[in-house]
Amino acid sequence: MPARIVVLGGGVGGTLAANLLHKELGRNATVTVVDPTGMHVYQSGFLYVALGQANGRWLSRDERTLLYPGVELAIEGAARVHPDRGEVELQRGGSLPYDYLVMATGARLVPEQVPGMAEGAQHFYSLEGALRLREELDRFDGGKVVVGVAGIPYKCPPAPVEFVFMLEEYLRDRGIRGRSEVTLLSPLNRAFTIESASKVVQPIMESRGIGLSTFFNVETVEPAAGVVTSLEGEKAEYDLAVIVPPHRGQSVVEASGLGDPGGWIPTDRTTLQVEGQERIFAMGDATNLPISKSGSTAHFEAPVIASRMASLIRGTAPKEGYEGRVMCFLETGNRRTTVLRFDYEHPPIPPKPSLHWHVAKWLFNRIYWATVPKGRVPDIGTRPKAVPEKKKEG
Amino acid sequence: MSQTITTVDARGLSCPLPVVKAAQALKLLGPGETFEVLATDPGSQSDIPAWCRATGTELVEHGEDGGVYRYLLKKKG
Repeated sequence: MPARIVVLGGGVGGTLAANLLHKELGRNATVTVVDPTGMHVYQSGFLYVALGQANGRWLSRDERTLLYPGVELAIEGAARVHPDRGEVELQRGGSLPYDYLVMATGARLVPEQVPGMAEGAQHFYSLEGALRLREELDRFDGGKVVVGVAGIPYKCPPAPVEFVFMLEEYLRDRGIRGRSEVTLLSPLNRAFTIESASKVVQPIMESRGIGLSTFFNVETVEPAAGVVTSLEGEKAEYDLAVIVPPHRGQSVVEASGLGDPGGWIPTDRTTLQVEGQERIFAMGDATNLPISKSGSTAHFEAPVIASRMASLIRGTAPKEGYEGRVMCFLETGNRRTTVLRFDYEHPPIPPKPSLHWHVAKWLFNRIYWATVPKGRVPDIGTRPKAVPEKKKEG
Repeated sequence: MSQTITTVDARGLSCPLPVVKAAQALKLLGPGETFEVLATDPGSQSDIPAWCRATGTELVEHGEDGGVYRYLLKKKG
């Protein structure tokens, strides 16, 4: 009898893992993706939507069109996983039995955890949020803009830095830069958590007149007073506040008792198996791994999960392990982009922001649908130590 | 008289979580109270002292034992 594999979540990780498992195991397994909406969203695009550089429709596709024909899709919300009896309980009633399970459930936004956030701040971490922010920016006619984060971990760590750069350019293009201030509120004493990346972006921020408030961990937003307060007791005045909302794991993780206090799934950093669960794997934003929550993380984890699960099913020794590979583009505005490639052992060595990487990112945004979910992407995530430096560009 | 102090366990957490957890703990403490932060992130060796300077928190002592960094901190009086 074929092994029954269920994949919870139809984001980049779940979709790619399901396709690779089907390719690897063929008739030896049935693969079913369970997703509450049946729509696949390319979340990296929210940033461009917020700044009026992309259309919202470009960001979502019918999940069915991204899965191989042999992969089943169930448009259902998962209420609870029962590892003891190998079942996923569905929100609409009924359940789905599994022999092997992939938790690719992602993260959810919990803005309600920050007082004043929902009323007083904007964000670009959902399509609705990005569209709302775009409207706010259309109305914005100069003033103080603060950009910060209200909780760690959050998806796509470079996004707030990219946003300040792209916003600064946007304000210049609109001719209102002169009467605007842009300030990044950072939880550390530098612009970005990774030191080598900070060294690249901070001088650019300085040269573009973008302010930096250090050790500013957002605690509340006070729309009436027009201030954001920090845990450290500081206040930042604003006319427009763009704050990344706190993130948590999905409720199905918590309801199943598989999460840590933040709702993240304790996962083995190499095998990607859920701790104490041989037949359950976790990937992407859903895990507790101390690595970026990013589509590229899920992208690099999917082949490891497919290969290890196939070995388990066949009873052979698993070969591949996840080494913590991540790749993030970091837009610095003015058609310049750098790239962060790293893993557990090698911190990134970001190249000087260039047009070359800007074009690479532009291309990636366009080829995403045809390549990434189906595993047709060329190997773009070369390890940091093996990165050849590109020719010098301005 | 024995004294229990607040421990912020940031072991296994990556940058910048040790600093964020310390900031959250500081908020709940009274002036002059002492607390400790445990971390495994090597970046905490520069981040925690810098955070102390920025917030006026005293770094009473710090050390490393088997890959765990321990910082004993005292909130500004």
